[in-house]
Amino acid sequence: MVWTGLTALLSHWRMRPVQLAMLLLGLSLATALWSAVQAINGEARASYDRAAAILGQDRLAQLVREDGARIDQQVFVRLRRAGWLVSPVIEGEMRFGDVRLRVLGIDPLTLPPQAQQVDIAAGDQLLPFITAPGVLYAAPETAARLTEQATPPVRVAEGLPPGTVLTDIGQAQVLLGAKDKISRLLLWPDQPIGRAPLKLIAPGLTLREPSETGDLARLTDSFHLNLTAFGFLAFAVGLFIVHSAIGLAFEQRRPVFRTLRALGLPARVLVLLLIAELLIFALLAGLVGVALGYIVASALLPDVAATLRGLYGADVPGTLSIRPAVWAAGLAIAVIGTLVAAAQSLWRLWHLPLLAAAQPRAWARASERALRAQGVAAMVLLLTAAGIAQFGSGLEAGFALLAALLLGAALALPLVLTGILHLGGRLARGPLAEWFWADTRQQLPGLSFALMALLLALAANVGVSTMVSSFRLTFIGWLDQRLSSELYVTARTEAEATAIHDWLAQRSDAVLPIWSIEGRVAGQPAAIYGVADHATYRDNWPILSAVPEVWDRIATGEGALINEQLARRQGLGLGDQITLPGGWRASIVGVYADYGNPIGQVIIGIDTLVQHYPDVSRLRYAIRIAPGKAEALARGLRAEFGLPAQNVIDQAGIKVFSLKVFERTFNVTAALNVLTLGVAGLAMFASLMTLSGMRLPQLAPVWAMGLTRRHLAWLELSRGLLLAALTMLAAVPVGIALAFVLLAVVNVEAFGWRLPMHLFPGDWARLAALALLAAGLAAAVPAWRLARLSPSDLLKVFAHER
Amino acid sequence: MLLRLHQIDKFYSTGEGPLHVLHGIDLSLEAGKSLALTGESGSGKSTLLHLVAGLDSPDAGEIHLGGTNIVGLNDTALAALRRGTVGLVFQQFNLIPSLDVAANLAFQARLAGRPDPAWLKVLAERLGLAKVLTRYPEQLSSGQQQRVAIGRTLAARPRLVLADEPTGNLDEATGDAVLDLILSLVTETGAALLMVTHSNRLANRLNAHVHLQAGRLV
Ligand SMILES: Nc1ncnc2c1ncn2[C@@H]1O[C@H](COP(=O)(O)OP(=O)(O)OP(=O)(O)O)[C@@H](O)[C@H]1O
Ligand SMILES: [Mg+2]
Repeated sequence: MVWTGLTALLSHWRMRPVQLAMLLLGLSLATALWSAVQAINGEARASYDRAAAILGQDRLAQLVREDGARIDQQVFVRLRRAGWLVSPVIEGEMRFGDVRLRVLGIDPLTLPPQAQQVDIAAGDQLLPFITAPGVLYAAPETAARLTEQATPPVRVAEGLPPGTVLTDIGQAQVLLGAKDKISRLLLWPDQPIGRAPLKLIAPGLTLREPSETGDLARLTDSFHLNLTAFGFLAFAVGLFIVHSAIGLAFEQRRPVFRTLRALGLPARVLVLLLIAELLIFALLAGLVGVALGYIVASALLPDVAATLRGLYGADVPGTLSIRPAVWAAGLAIAVIGTLVAAAQSLWRLWHLPLLAAAQPRAWARASERALRAQGVAAMVLLLTAAGIAQFGSGLEAGFALLAALLLGAALALPLVLTGILHLGGRLARGPLAEWFWADTRQQLPGLSFALMALLLALAANVGVSTMVSSFRLTFIGWLDQRLSSELYVTARTEAEATAIHDWLAQRSDAVLPIWSIEGRVAGQPAAIYGVADHATYRDNWPILSAVPEVWDRIATGEGALINEQLARRQGLGLGDQITLPGGWRASIVGVYADYGNPIGQVIIGIDTLVQHYPDVSRLRYAIRIAPGKAEALARGLRAEFGLPAQNVIDQAGIKVFSLKVFERTFNVTAALNVLTLGVAGLAMFASLMTLSGMRLPQLAPVWAMGLTRRHLAWLELSRGLLLAALTMLAAVPVGIALAFVLLAVVNVEAFGWRLPMHLFPGDWARLAALALLAAGLAAAVPAWRLARLSPSDLLKVFAHER
Repeated sequence: MLLRLHQIDKFYSTGEGPLHVLHGIDLSLEAGKSLALTGESGSGKSTLLHLVAGLDSPDAGEIHLGGTNIVGLNDTALAALRRGTVGLVFQQFNLIPSLDVAANLAFQARLAGRPDPAWLKVLAERLGLAKVLTRYPEQLSSGQQQRVAIGRTLAARPRLVLADEPTGNLDEATGDAVLDLILSLVTETGAALLMVTHSNRLANRLNAHVHLQAGRLV
């Protein structure tokens, strides 16, 4: 009986292959976009974990200086003498030719076994490791990048994070130019009892507990949350297709359900059979979806990796590894999504009265009731959104606001469209026009899910493109202010730097040092820059708020400027005091815009910097010169000092590079946006195709009364276009609201900067054209089929056989 | 002669090859007269009606309606014919579900460019629909729906009314009443009526009666 029932149910799909294809396509696309985002996030997280786990940092406690500054090697010796089991580590960034790497120096003799990253002691490898010129261990892809460069011998070691080399601490100190300095001390897990307290031996150090998540994972959190939100949006849009496909398939099979019930199949068994059927589809589509997701992800990953490197300095490999977790999660989300999408239909089936006559319009009428409930839900959601906007705070609240706003708007759409179509009918003159509006209104329940999906996709497009374009505009203006010097030069050694400085003194208008140290400010990683007292800064720096005579106060050494993200994250304002690495304090005299930088930044006078940090590396300078002479000077510099090309960069070069990083940052969101729009177009197509089969009884009387099939087909096409156009109109305000939330709430929470909003109606017009094209294509196929329908097929409507 | 059919042949293509549904049909009908068409199920009655209405075309033969041969006319001309000259009443799926009764009643007349509110009012009264004008088709009984369909056709004052078992869904008493109405209204508007029916009793109340058997008139 069960088998017979299942065959009867499945035979439906053999009759309607297009409907089946749409269901599977919708589900696999939804799963694909979701899995793509998951695969990308998974890859990135895995590499953060690898970075966080390096040298056992996830399991070993460490001793560090609170301000992040380096520690004297003497401290290590004192601790060892006092009985502490510690091992020194130095780390820093450096360049080998044009390859920038993180150098990790370890002491193989005191290294705790938990921190054993590479088996150095194996065979006779220890001696070459600890004696000059030393050995660099690197992951295979990092080693490959180093083959062209002049470095100590490189050995390949699995398990190291990309972009990192491991070497002996003595070699590392030489490479990094930090003689007798260490960055931190690893603590062995078991320490002898009765050793002298830390405060006595090394007063400046604090204990940092092992942490699972490194700074990278924290810094990039918001980026990944962003991706996840978009993945989820795409998935939700896909589910709208699945929902409407399942709903229609259930509706069309009502007579079959009734017959099966009448023949003695219990309702429970029927529902279970349908769930089984859905599970088969979900698993099939899930497998295809995850596979597709990998394809999408590997297309997007290079951009994501570049973004993460450019924005956060996080090294993520550009290739994907296949993760079982992604497959499992993909299948699970496909199954859960299907069940969620089918819940309403299954519930209705459970309550299907056995004897009620088949009513082709019952579905539409139930939808009218649903419309009212939907309106209430929309109101509640929009009010919730308003409430969160008013009282909420934090990134999660920002995304909750987005979700409530989008879902509320989507649910309100059918109601709004019904109103507009009513009005259209009221204004219409002539029988055909009146019929057109009335009939369009009647189509709404069947199309509403596709239209809601379209609204979401369009609103996301309007919102994100407004956000990105606003950002771009602000960013370009900011770059012009920020990069006001004509040339930037980086020397290879301090001696060379001094020589360059002297050489330039005669040949340029000004030579401005760009020297900085890294450390911690208010517990977070930050960079401290020194600036010269020069008009370049006074005239151009992108100050957001400042006390009067701000540059004078920087020059005299009393004040510090901080970037917007540091101010927002720490709640700092003008006049507040901050403690800088080394323990000295400065008062905040201004806040400036610093887009695209994940960490905090502090600017002080150059003399103050040198006075507090005498070891600061003095390699970089900005050069002011008449723009027309810049190129000749750059050539002269390179020739005079034999500098590699990338050590002398002109303003335009940096701008191009910065804009490239900027564009790549939003490539992923743009791609997800286009894909979501595609999915929504497909939803529209699927719904129109399915509806077209049910529409003949509504169209045949009009045809019989004297309209040509071609005329009807045109009307059908216009109907699709009209609905898409109205949806696009509704999407614009929703998109603007979305952009506002992204700019004023999400960006502030995620990145720490707030951007002014600029509107670009030209972009909307382009999007509207695209939406109309998609809707036109979606409506064209059923319309074309209608135009080509044979009269005898239309006449069947009037015959008894229906 | 308002309607004249000459040697009409019609085939349907089916899975088992072409199906010869109508064989050399000759038929004529004068203005102001009514003709009943009976026959077994599947004998081709509906097919014949559809050909006359310009909904489908015959494979051979001629159909003269008001002096013009409508066979071979293009889609647009056939649509104009359906709009202006003939009126159709089917057994079911007659009405436009998205329009209310009043709009349904007026639809064809307005489409044909002959709106006549006074005549519509009379029709609604005579058909007993005055009280349901603001309802939608799905909110009517099948008898009421059928009366709306009849009213809609007659409102346009077509020269030829074609009805395919207009009372097939109704009980005998209602069916009789509806037929009375059709007949009297057709007479009043001076139109001709070609009606398909299963019932000899109803057929006998019309001016003439022809019988189809396996696609041939007998
Ligand atoms: N579109 C079609 N395609 C193929 N065959 C058809 C089509 N329409 C009707 N037929 C066949 O043509 C024959 C005549 O059909 P028609 O509908 O004209 O009969 P009818 O006399 O109206 O029957 P009923 O009294 O049952 O309405 C039947 O055998 C039917 O199966
Ligand atoms: Mg028939």
